[in-house]
Amino acid sequence: MDDLLLNQFLLLGAVLFCIGVYGVLARRNAVLVLMSIELILNAVNINLIAFGAFWGSITGSVFALFVIAIAAAEVGVGLAIVLLIYRNRRSVDLDDVAEMKG
Amino acid sequence: MVAQNVFFYLLAGIILFSAFRVVTSNNVVHAALYLVAVLAAVAAEYVLLAAEFVAATQVLVYIGAIIVLFLFGIMLTRAKLGSDQDLTHPHWALSAATAVVMFGVMGYALVDQFHWTATPLPADTRLVSVDGSNSATVSDSVFTAYLVPFEVVSVLLLAALVGAIVLARKD
Repeated sequence: MDDLLLNQFLLLGAVLFCIGVYGVLARRNAVLVLMSIELILNAVNINLIAFGAFWGSITGSVFALFVIAIAAAEVGVGLAIVLLIYRNRRSVDLDDVAEMKG
Repeated sequence: MVAQNVFFYLLAGIILFSAFRVVTSNNVVHAALYLVAVLAAVAAEYVLLAAEFVAATQVLVYIGAIIVLFLFGIMLTRAKLGSDQDLTHPHWALSAATAVVMFGVMGYALVDQFHWTATPLPADTRLVSVDGSNSATVSDSVFTAYLVPFEVVSVLLLAALVGAIVLARKD
């Protein structure tokens, strides 16, 4: 318990990832599902930064920046889609959106 | 190094509690505010790993922009601002089991591969650069080795913005 360990960060990322997966699966509100996806992306970023620090490479930071940029794009498009669903059906309950269910 | 560990576990506690509240809270606005706590604590973890530029970007882009987008999304979709029992699916236990099994597999793989004490991080995770911080190294890297991906990400952001406007506008 004196040095920071790589595994501390990796396990933190794993727990955060699993919480995010639970949120994506269990939430019914589309906005909350998008928030859970943000948790997953942050878990990935923790892993990237931790491995970057571990190998003494800057690539982890650079890829984390790309992930942040792509997360911004994803939230913009995702919320626009949610807004469109709300405008068409007056609800953002994902259980109501089942037209493509086989 | 002990202080770093103390702060790591403090921040990890904040992250896990707030993330748990994000996926279990019955109030959409509270979930968004707990997400702010998660993002801020994750930014602090980046500082702990000497990735201060990513930490600053996290605060600016995530807490500054994405959370505002989420709050706008919550308001525009007129979710109830009070508590709401219907936010979680009735079969949430199945999702929880999936997440626990997933964590079991990932945790086993991580502990098996990167043995708990065998992989300490370097004592000083700052990379060699002109001013002793990682920011200069990041910018050098983005504008030399990763120039093409950087430009592609710019185009992607532009395309996503145009797409979002096309989707969301009324006509």
